[in-house]
Amino acid sequence: MIAEKKISTETNQYKENISRRNRTEKIFNVILLISVLFGLLMLTVLIIDIAVEGYAWVRPELFENYHSRKPENAGMKSAIAGSIIVIFMTGLFSFPVGVGAAIYLEEYAPKNRLTDFINLNINNLAGVPSIVYGMLGLVVFGRMFGLFSIDSWFVKLFNIPIESGATGGWKFFLFDIPWLEIHLPFGRSMVAGALTMSLLILPVVIIASREAIRAVPPSIREGGYALGTTKWHVISTLVLPIAIPGILTGMILSLSRAIGETAPLIIMGAFTYVPFLPKTVWDQFTVIPIQIYNWITLPQTEYRVHLAGAGILVLLFILFLMNGIAIYLRKKFEIKW
Amino acid sequence: MLRNLSKTSIFSFYNPQRVRNIRERIIAIILFGCGIFSILVTIGIIVSLFSEAIGFFLRPEVNLFTFLTGTNWNPLASQISPENFGVRPLIRGTLMIAVISGSIALPLGLGSAIFLSEYASDRLRSILKPLLELLAGIPTVVYGYFALSFVTPLLKRVLEDQLGIHVSFFNAFSAAVVVGIMIIPNVASISEDAMRAVPRSLREGAYALGATKFEVSTKVVVPAALSGIVSAFIIGISRAIGETMAVTIAAGATPRMTLNPLDGVQTMTAFIVQVSFGDAPAGSINGQSIFAVGATLFMMTFVMNIISASILKRFREVYE
Amino acid sequence: MILTTNIQSYSINFHDDESIIRAKQLNIYYSGKLTVENFNLQVPKNKITALIGPSGCGKSSVIRSFNRMNDIIPGFSLEGEVIYKGKNIYSSREDPVRIRRQIGMVFQKPNPFPKSIYENVAFGARINKYQGNLDELVESSLIQAALWDEVKDKLKESAYALSGGQQQRLCIARAIAVSPDLLLMDEPASALDPVATLKIEELMWELKDKYTIVVVTHNMQQASRVSDYTAFMSLDREKIEDRIGVLVEFDETKKLFTNPKLKETEDYITGRFG
Repeated sequence: MIAEKKISTETNQYKENISRRNRTEKIFNVILLISVLFGLLMLTVLIIDIAVEGYAWVRPELFENYHSRKPENAGMKSAIAGSIIVIFMTGLFSFPVGVGAAIYLEEYAPKNRLTDFINLNINNLAGVPSIVYGMLGLVVFGRMFGLFSIDSWFVKLFNIPIESGATGGWKFFLFDIPWLEIHLPFGRSMVAGALTMSLLILPVVIIASREAIRAVPPSIREGGYALGTTKWHVISTLVLPIAIPGILTGMILSLSRAIGETAPLIIMGAFTYVPFLPKTVWDQFTVIPIQIYNWITLPQTEYRVHLAGAGILVLLFILFLMNGIAIYLRKKFEIKW
Repeated sequence: MLRNLSKTSIFSFYNPQRVRNIRERIIAIILFGCGIFSILVTIGIIVSLFSEAIGFFLRPEVNLFTFLTGTNWNPLASQISPENFGVRPLIRGTLMIAVISGSIALPLGLGSAIFLSEYASDRLRSILKPLLELLAGIPTVVYGYFALSFVTPLLKRVLEDQLGIHVSFFNAFSAAVVVGIMIIPNVASISEDAMRAVPRSLREGAYALGATKFEVSTKVVVPAALSGIVSAFIIGISRAIGETMAVTIAAGATPRMTLNPLDGVQTMTAFIVQVSFGDAPAGSINGQSIFAVGATLFMMTFVMNIISASILKRFREVYE
Repeated sequence: MILTTNIQSYSINFHDDESIIRAKQLNIYYSGKLTVENFNLQVPKNKITALIGPSGCGKSSVIRSFNRMNDIIPGFSLEGEVIYKGKNIYSSREDPVRIRRQIGMVFQKPNPFPKSIYENVAFGARINKYQGNLDELVESSLIQAALWDEVKDKLKESAYALSGGQQQRLCIARAIAVSPDLLLMDEPASALDPVATLKIEELMWELKDKYTIVVVTHNMQQASRVSDYTAFMSLDREKIEDRIGVLVEFDETKKLFTNPKLKETEDYITGRFG
C-alpha cells in the first residue's frame, strides 16, 4: 500500500504532455514529407518545363543538320557524332585501368599504408570538381606540357619534325602502319577529350567495380583454390564472370554521367561550332551538352528556349536509355546468394 | 607406331610451374600498376595546375599577395597590372552560391534523410530513394537551363513585380537555387547512411522510456549520427563550390564584390569557362590565369574533402 | 489463491489488487506466424517474477508485449489483452508512448546513449517534462541503481567510458528515473561477467521494494536465486515443428524448483533438455 502511494505522487511530477508531443509528431511528419517531395516536385517541374518548350523542336532537322545561323535549320548532328565517339573511347580507356585497379585493390593489395593511401586517394579524386579534370586534360593531353611545340627543348634535342599551326605537332604513324596515325600532342581532338573523361570517371568506375567484386562470396574463391589453381586463374574464371554484370552496370552508369559533362571538355578544347562530321579521332569535335550550352547563350528565343530544350530532351532520353539498360542488366544478372 | 607425342612435344622443356609463376607475377605487376595509376592522376592534377599557376605568378604583371587579397578582378583591362588580378570577387561569387545553395540543400537533404531512414516503410523507401537519385543524375547544363527558363522569371515575378525589388537577369540566387536542388541527393544519401548505421538498440532504449518517434529521431538518432551528417554537409558544399555549368549559365560573367544575391556574379569556375571559350593562347596571361584560379579552387575543395573524409572515418570507427 | 490445473499447464492466480499487469489469452504473431499461444499470466506486485525457458520459446516476445515495444517491429500482431492498471493497453484508446513511460525496460546488451552519464539518466525525465529538480532525480536514480558512488565525480563524462556492468546499471538508473511501476528486464546480465552479474542480482533485490520486476533469464540458477515467482515457458509439445511458445508452469520459485508440478518443468530444471 505504501509503495502504491509513492508511485502515484511521482507520476504527478511528469507533465508528460502526450497530446502536445503527438501533435509535434504529426507536424514533423508533414515537414519531413515536404522535404522529400520538394526535390521531386522540382524534378517534375523541370521535366515539364523542358518538354513543353522543346518538344516541338525535336524534329529530323535536329539530327540531320549542323548548327546554323537560322534556327529553323539548326541541328546537332556533329555534337551527336562527337558524343558517341568520345563516350565510346572513354569506355575503352577507363575500363581496363579501372577494373584492373579494382581487382588489385580487392584481391591483391596487402593491408598496409600504401593501400590505405591509394584508397584515400581514390576517394579524394571522386570529389575533385570536373572542371579541374578539364584543366588536367588540357595540360597533360592537349598540350603535353608544351613538349611538342616548335621551340621546346625536347623537340630541339631529338630533332622532331613538327608541323606548325593550330593543329600542329608531331604526326607520325605508329610502327609505320598507315591507319595507326598518332598526333602529339593530342591537341583539341577526341582522343584528348576521351582521355580527360576517362580520368574523370575513373574513381567511380573503380569504386563500382570494387563493390561488384566484393559481392562475390569468399566461398567461391576458396573452392577454386582448393582445387589447386593459381590466383589469377581463380579471379579470371570464377570471380570476374560473377562480378561482370555489376562491373558493367557501374561502367554504363559512369558513362552516362560522362555524356552529360560539359565543363571538362570545354576547358580541354572542344569547340562549340563544328559544321562537319569528324573523320578521324584526331579531328576537332563538339558534344551534345556543349551544343546545348551554346544554344542557351544565344539571344534568340528559338535557340535559347526551344532548340536548347529539344537538345536537352535528346540528352535526357539518351541518359534514360543508358540508365535503363544498366538497371536491366543489374536485375537480369543479379544472383541471390 | 604412334608415339605418345605429349611427352616429346616442343614444350616439354618448359617447366609449366615456372611459366605459370612468371605469368602470375606479370599479371600482379600490371594490376599493381593500375592501382598506382590513381596516384599518378592526383600527381598529374597537382603538377598541371601548379606548374601553370607558378608560371602565372612568376610574371611581373602579377603578384601573389594582391591575387589573394585584391578585390578587383579585371583581367581584360587594358592595363595589365596586379591590381586587376585580385581573385576575391571570384571567391565571393563562389562562396555566395555555395552558402545559399547549402542553406537550401542541407535542411531539405537532412529532412529527406530522416524521413527515409526513420519514417518510411521499406517499400516507400525503395521508390523514393531512386527518384531522389535522379536529381543527382541530371546534367548541370539542364539545371542552368532550368534556372534561366523557370527560376529567374519566377523570381522576377515575385520580387520585381510584386515587391519592387530589382532582380538582375543573371543573378547568384537563381543559380544557387538550382545548385541547391542538385546537391540535395548527395546530402540526403550520406546522412541517411549515417543514420541507418546507428544501432537499433539505441532507438529501442529511447522508445522504452516513452519517447515519440520525433523525439527518438531528433534527440537520439541525429545526435548519434551527427559526424556522418556533418560530413555529408561538407561534401555537399564542396560540390557546390566546384559546380560549373549551372552557375556559368545563370549567375553571369561579372565579377563583383557584392553581398546581394540578386546581383550577377562570376564564380571561379565560370571565369575559367569564359576564358576557355576565348582564344587566349597557351602562354598568355589570361591563358595562365585560369590555372591560378583553378589551383585556388582545387585547394578549397581538396581541404574540404579531406576534412569531411576524416570526420566520416571517425564516425565509422564508432559504429562499425 | 486459486489453483488452476490442467494436464498441460499449471498456474497460480492472484486477486486483481495483488497483480500489477496481466496477460490474458495472448497470441503473438510475427508476419502472420503464430509464435506464442494462449499466454495467461498475472504478475504480482512488488515481487520479482522470473520468466525462464529454452531459447526461442517466446520469452522476450512476451515481455516486449507488456510495454508495447513489439509495436515497432514490422509484421507484429497480437490477439488477447494485456491489462495494466485496469485497462487493456492494446485498446485503441491507449497511447503506447504513455504506457512506455510507466513500464520500464532494460535490455540484454547495455544500450546507453552516446551522451554523458548525466544526460543518459536525465533523458527520459526531460522528454516527459519532469517538473522537479533534475539534479536530485539523477542522483537518486543513480543511488538506487547502486552506481552513484562510482560515477558521482564524472557525471559529465561519456557513458561509453563505463564498463559493461556499469553501463547496465546506468540503463537501470535511466529506466528508474521516469518512475515506472513495473520494470521489465530482458536477460539483463547475460552480456556481463560473473562479478557484474552478481551486482545486478543484488540490485534487483534492492529494487523490489519500490518496483515490480519481471526478468527474463536463460540462467536457471539466477532465476532460483533472485526471483519470488517463476514462470516456465516452452515450445508446445503437440506441435513441436511449429515452434509455438506456451506457458507451462507458473508458481512460487521455491515450489517450482523443488517440486515442479509438470514433468516438462522438471526435465528443464534438471537439465534434461533445453
